[in-house]
Amino acid sequence: MTAHLADVPLWAAILASAFLLIGAGLALVGTIGLVRLPTFYQRIHAPTLGTSWGAGGMVMASMIIFTAGSGRLVLHEILVGIFVTVTTPVTLMMLGRAALYRDRSENNPEVPPIVPTAEDEADGQPRG
Amino acid sequence: MSETIILGAVWTAQAALVLAMCLCAWRMIAGPRAQDRVLALDALYACAMLQLLAFGIRTGRALYFEAALIIAMLGFVATVTLAKFLMRGEVIE
Repeated sequence: MTAHLADVPLWAAILASAFLLIGAGLALVGTIGLVRLPTFYQRIHAPTLGTSWGAGGMVMASMIIFTAGSGRLVLHEILVGIFVTVTTPVTLMMLGRAALYRDRSENNPEVPPIVPTAEDEADGQPRG
Repeated sequence: MSETIILGAVWTAQAALVLAMCLCAWRMIAGPRAQDRVLALDALYACAMLQLLAFGIRTGRALYFEAALIIAMLGFVATVTLAKFLMRGEVIE
């Protein structure tokens, strides 16, 4: 299946270009945050810009151009968007927990220790 | 006319993504710890996937979409495995 870029109407081209630039720009902003933020627990938030709206914008642009260029509805790019949206929180939460475990086992003073506080004792709930 | 607009936008988007991949590579080299490198690898996978989507728009073929899907899956598996390795010291217990 192919789409010819010359067949795309002007309004669709402008809309898709806007989505493309938004998506790539947000991915770039996310990686700038990855380089510039000071600690790991702040840095882990930055690349999610690229995997949420970055991927969303690019997928949206791709769907618009393929639909307008081939003359029928093309939605298969949404698979990439759904997959990335589902998997990113899973991976980053696992990575964050692994980093927290490493920092705690080294007694790093920047992360909170596992000792229960007075509030938890009052609740009777163990901290997870 | 519309072809010129789309090609210009794709070119700009790909240039921005190349810069983003360079920043990820810098973080992966600089570290300072193993979890930073794994995080940078995950971001690099995401940028490579977006780069392939942009390439698919430029060539007008659906083939690159499948490559993007495979890269997304590989990135997920790689990051989960590396996170588990950092936590436990081994992958399969």
